Amino acid sequence: MMPAGHYLFLSLALFLIGVIGVVSRRNVIVVLMSIELILNAVNINLVAFSRLFGDVSGQVFALFIIADAAAEAAVGLGIIIAFFRNRETVLADEMDLLKW
Amino acid sequence: MLNSIIFYVFASVAILSAALMVTRRNAMHSAVFLITTLLATAGIFLQLRAEFLFIAQVILYVGGIMVLFIFVIMLVSLDTAVHQMQFARRKWVVLFIALALGFEVGFALWSTRGMPGHGLPVQMAAPADKLPPNSEALAGTLFHSYLLPFEIASVLLLVAMVGAVVMAKKRT
Amino acid sequence: MSPTTQALLTFLQTWWVEIVSGVIIVAVVPLIAGYIVLVERKLMADMQARLGPMRVGPHGLLQPIADAVKLLIKEDIIPDNADKVIFWLAPVISMTAALTAMGAIAFGPWFQVARDINVGLLFVLGVSSLGFLGMLLGGWASNSHYSLIGALRSTAQLVSYETAGGLAIVSGLLLAGTLKIRAIVNAQSNYGVWFVFLAPVAFFTYLVASIAETNRAPFDLPEAESELVAGYMTEYSGFRWALYFLGEYANMIVVGSVAATLFLGGWLRPFPNVHWLNWLDWLPALFTVVVGVYCVLRAGKQPVAIQTWFMWAVAFGCFAAAILLAAPMFITRLSAAQAGIHGAFWFLLKVGGYIYVFMWLRFTLPRYRFDQLMRLGWYILIPLAIVNVFAVGVAMILETEYGWNRWLALIVTTVFTLGAALFLVRVNDKHAEDAVSAPAATTDSYVE
Repeated sequence: MMPAGHYLFLSLALFLIGVIGVVSRRNVIVVLMSIELILNAVNINLVAFSRLFGDVSGQVFALFIIADAAAEAAVGLGIIIAFFRNRETVLADEMDLLKW
Repeated sequence: MLNSIIFYVFASVAILSAALMVTRRNAMHSAVFLITTLLATAGIFLQLRAEFLFIAQVILYVGGIMVLFIFVIMLVSLDTAVHQMQFARRKWVVLFIALALGFEVGFALWSTRGMPGHGLPVQMAAPADKLPPNSEALAGTLFHSYLLPFEIASVLLLVAMVGAVVMAKKRT
Repeated sequence: MSPTTQALLTFLQTWWVEIVSGVIIVAVVPLIAGYIVLVERKLMADMQARLGPMRVGPHGLLQPIADAVKLLIKEDIIPDNADKVIFWLAPVISMTAALTAMGAIAFGPWFQVARDINVGLLFVLGVSSLGFLGMLLGGWASNSHYSLIGALRSTAQLVSYETAGGLAIVSGLLLAGTLKIRAIVNAQSNYGVWFVFLAPVAFFTYLVASIAETNRAPFDLPEAESELVAGYMTEYSGFRWALYFLGEYANMIVVGSVAATLFLGGWLRPFPNVHWLNWLDWLPALFTVVVGVYCVLRAGKQPVAIQTWFMWAVAFGCFAAAILLAAPMFITRLSAAQAGIHGAFWFLLKVGGYIYVFMWLRFTLPRYRFDQLMRLGWYILIPLAIVNVFAVGVAMILETEYGWNRWLALIVTTVFTLGAALFLVRVNDKHAEDAVSAPAATTDSYVE
């Protein structure tokens, strides 16, 4: 196994790229994909430390995160489809029905 | 040495395709780059000897979630050339914040590169051939210590399935 | 010697078998897939009372080579607004996924590329599910309505039946107790009987699910010519189409290998532990000798000299294979090799039989309509597979905790599962009647 710092840095880099994607993209689908990227970064961290400590609970946690990400992606995409049917747009700027 | 080569290859592929994913104009290209990022992450899991998680990532994330994403992109894809501005106005702010945070943690990791374990309270990792078989160990822990979260996760998936179907159904 | 060269040499020393096997798989499997196409055409002809390809080579044996040359020199057409990178990438993904999945399969106790990784069977399933991305991206990148609808339908079908097939495999895995490929076959050797006799419903569920997963008839609506003009493959021509096609046939080999490993005993001969049936070990050699003798008898009746020589060459090859198969039984020094060589033969025979059943069903059954197909997958096969997992689990508990006889427990639970299957079919027939009589149309909700 490489020194732990390498995995930390990789996880950080993916996390930050995901954050940039979430905050700055207009297309809602790309925002959802960046959220998946953030969850993956956390997974890498968990698995790296699970290997370092010799405790397999980290991998169990990562498995739950993957299951949870699947559920969240499904519901999020369902919402996008429902919204698209009404408003014909997937840009976050144009989803402003609740604005006064 | 093979270990570090594999790590560097997969890590660079992951970071590069993540960066490309966030900057593509076409949502389908972003999806393809996310697929390569996820496969590279699966490779990192394999390098960490987490074999079950490697294949779970491939089956669930790439074979499940990304297929779902690509379906939705196909159904809602509009003419992308119309939308010239794909980044919101606040992209410079978040870029600055991300770079600052990255520099901060990177500096912390760099300045502790001589200390064992980067100053974190860790032990040495077990050598690879002394690890117990991964699927059996994972299954043992999952079904002995984490049985309740497992059941809750299955209820969660059921709820999500029903919710997604209800949400995406056509109101006839 | 510099440390990098040293490291490279140690790498090659430890991994040369896997590298060579990988190269052999990538080089040989497309050729074998081509010959499976020839076998299919000959079988189709036989079942339709005609002869099939006979011109190119003796009995049409060189037809795949002619087909390959034709596809390679065809014009490569790319649609106008197609996304060029993804258009190029999609067949590559399809083919790569199928070939990578072959890496983890053990064709015998010796031949396996991936050194028995911990999650062997799941690796094969997971990587072959990457092939769906190939067809999805290909359909989208073609920038054509037929391709898009075909890709969406195809992927929806594949995802549904992958669930059913996976659950059927779980039933078999309950009996095996492990995911490693060699350990699964060793478990069948320990049980003394193939898992198909212990969990027959799981085997047939996996058979149906794998037919749907490889887009074969009767589930080939997405690629049938009268329906969507080859679906996601419509705009692909020449070598790209050949890659898709080869990926589909390589996928057939992969699902056949999974079924052979998990249900049909892998590389074990029939009745592996029964000693008075040891004369079955002569069957491989006998089989190849019979084929060789047939070739010799037909060689004299060929019209052209080169075809006569070709038949003699094939006969010679058969006799050489027969000697190879019989050698470990005569020469005691080679008796350790018997398991390896005979194992490969039995494995390939079982995979061949499985693919023969695929082809047989293709030429016999009519095609399913798409909503019938989805109904079969979601309403019948997935509940049946879940009930089967439950039943096999109950049978194993009855055997270990309550001391029942293994066969009695399994027969009782199999009868229960068959009853559940009958119930599901009857409920669905009633639903189908109600749906037909009701005025509401079933909309295809994948296309808005």
